[in-house]
Amino acid sequence: MDLFEYQARDLFEAHNVPVLPAQIARTADEAQKAAEAIIGSSGGKVVVKAQVKVGGRGKAGGVKLADSAVDARAKADAILGMDIKGHRVGIVMIAAAAPIVEEYYLAILLDRSNRTFLVMASVAGGMDIEEVARTSPEKLAKVPVSATVGIDFAAAKKIITSAAFPKDIEDQVADVLVKLWQVFQSEDATLVEVNPLVKTSDGKIIALDGKVTLDENADFRHPDHEALVDHAAANALEAAAKEKGLNYVKLDGQVGIIGNGAGLVMSTLDVVAYAGEKYRGMKPANFLDIGGGASAEVMANGLAIILGDKDVKSVFVNVFGGITSCDAVANGIVQALAILGDKASKPIVVRLDGNNVSEGRRILKEANHPLIEQLDTMDGAADRAAELAAK
Amino acid sequence: MAIFLTAASRVIVQGMTGSEGTKHTKRMLAAGTKIVGGVTPGKGGQVVDLEGHQLPVFNTVSEAVAATQADVSVVFVPPKFAKAAVIDAIDAAMPLVVVITEGIPVHDTAFFFAYSQEKGRTQIIGPNCPGLISPSQSNVGIIPSDITGPGRIGLVSKSGTLTYQMMYELRDIGFSTAVGIGGDPIIGTTHIDCLRAFQDDPDTDAIVMIGEIGGDAEERAAAFIKEYVTKPVVGYVAGFTAPEGKTMGHAGAIVSGSSGTAQGKQDALEAAGVKVGKTPSETARLLRATLKG
Repeated sequence: MDLFEYQARDLFEAHNVPVLPAQIARTADEAQKAAEAIIGSSGGKVVVKAQVKVGGRGKAGGVKLADSAVDARAKADAILGMDIKGHRVGIVMIAAAAPIVEEYYLAILLDRSNRTFLVMASVAGGMDIEEVARTSPEKLAKVPVSATVGIDFAAAKKIITSAAFPKDIEDQVADVLVKLWQVFQSEDATLVEVNPLVKTSDGKIIALDGKVTLDENADFRHPDHEALVDHAAANALEAAAKEKGLNYVKLDGQVGIIGNGAGLVMSTLDVVAYAGEKYRGMKPANFLDIGGGASAEVMANGLAIILGDKDVKSVFVNVFGGITSCDAVANGIVQALAILGDKASKPIVVRLDGNNVSEGRRILKEANHPLIEQLDTMDGAADRAAELAAK
Repeated sequence: MAIFLTAASRVIVQGMTGSEGTKHTKRMLAAGTKIVGGVTPGKGGQVVDLEGHQLPVFNTVSEAVAATQADVSVVFVPPKFAKAAVIDAIDAAMPLVVVITEGIPVHDTAFFFAYSQEKGRTQIIGPNCPGLISPSQSNVGIIPSDITGPGRIGLVSKSGTLTYQMMYELRDIGFSTAVGIGGDPIIGTTHIDCLRAFQDDPDTDAIVMIGEIGGDAEERAAAFIKEYVTKPVVGYVAGFTAPEGKTMGHAGAIVSGSSGTAQGKQDALEAAGVKVGKTPSETARLLRATLKG
């Protein structure tokens, strides 16, 4: 789960990473009040920043300096509701403006390729770090960090020195890095990035903008992370699926997909897209992995979500019975259709293979449901589902 | 022969007394796997009767190894306790640990993987994987044993059900070993580890490699094939139609920007001389052609 900048800032603050005073606002009124509070406590100007989970908001006009609370109100009014690369701005953050002298870059992330954690540090902050890595790789220090060792002050100091930070701030930056490691580790993050980390005119080091990604597999030990979920952004169908514990992703095609196992479902999407090329470019409408169980209830929930998608014209149920036996899946489909009744109105192409397949196919055949059509192969069934969607 | 797992492998089940552990221990026994005991902290000393087998339960892996000479452990422990279970196995110098558990926090996996590397005595497969099978010899994990029998194809895959599908497509030929390495961001055994083992295995003639979007494991495997593998390899990559920024079921299956795309993986594999199928059935046809060729 990616966090908004303000959520990252709050996590930083909770772990004593130096940040500037800031508040969020959802309306121009709130923005004015927030700016009054911040200017009242620290004086000076404020920055109004669009909260969107996408890069390039500055260039898009989503970050504005305001020299008074009234000005902040006007700037917030212009930014709220703005569309930045397909993301509508619903929240702005009002932060104290800092007198920046220099900009740096610090990040800790999961390095999949090397199966370890990685610190990236650079004195060339404030810009796109991938650009820095491409054009002047010598300015970006990359240091692997073992999960069993972590980062203490001595290790942080070594990293900061290797990245050629100015001597007079080495200790301060190393201290920030240790605290960022604490955020990374204790919050189960897969990315903690500060860009820019700034030095102000009075010599302070401050995390001015942050990006944090949290591992949802670790939610069981972070009940507080639930509050960070952006429910507003979730697609209505995705939200409904999540509530039912289903692994569903909405796509933009017409063939609803249900399968078991992430790899097989991904493969099913591809096979349907290839088949659809013959039928006016029909495409998969969703990813839905019902996993191992595939009980009647899970199947009914899955079918209900998919049939609730107005873009869906046909459904393809593709199951390879491994542990799950095909007769259980077949019974699940039949019972699901009984549960759904009139709500089930689209043709359903079923392909079963694997564990107890003959019994599964017999059950579907005998059910003789007008919506169900069985095919023996994955390719054949994908073709038929795409053809039916195009009708 | 086979890779990693043979008829001689002596297997313990961590989490055997839990519902998943019990269910799958029965299945593994039925498939002929030599299960010699289980580990559940706090339940040591019990004996469990599964399908007529009297299986001793131990508190720790070290105790289990001392009593049974086990050389493989399979982990069915829930995510919360998986890290401790794997560390227990590493401390016991268990040569092979197969972690079936899905949903382990990646910080926990990063920790036990780094720990296994430091100790240098334990190979981990998974987590979030279906395990591995050397048909008619041994079956560790949740891969169905009745899809196909022994043969001369080696298979390595990130995905469980795609493994089953591919075994089914090629059931008339059979497999030396099929390994599900898992779809998490950090896994203990990679495509490369399996490719190397299959290349070195005299009983494997051809290799099927199944990948999916996310990360750069397939690209790395392609480079390795070019350098090391002389046996024919056919490939399949799932997720051509996956949109950017959406996780497709597996925690590791995500396209971010231009990295991790299926097309990039296919291109890398083809550049290494690997024939890549567009669908599982086409991949099976390519493999058949290779064996005839």
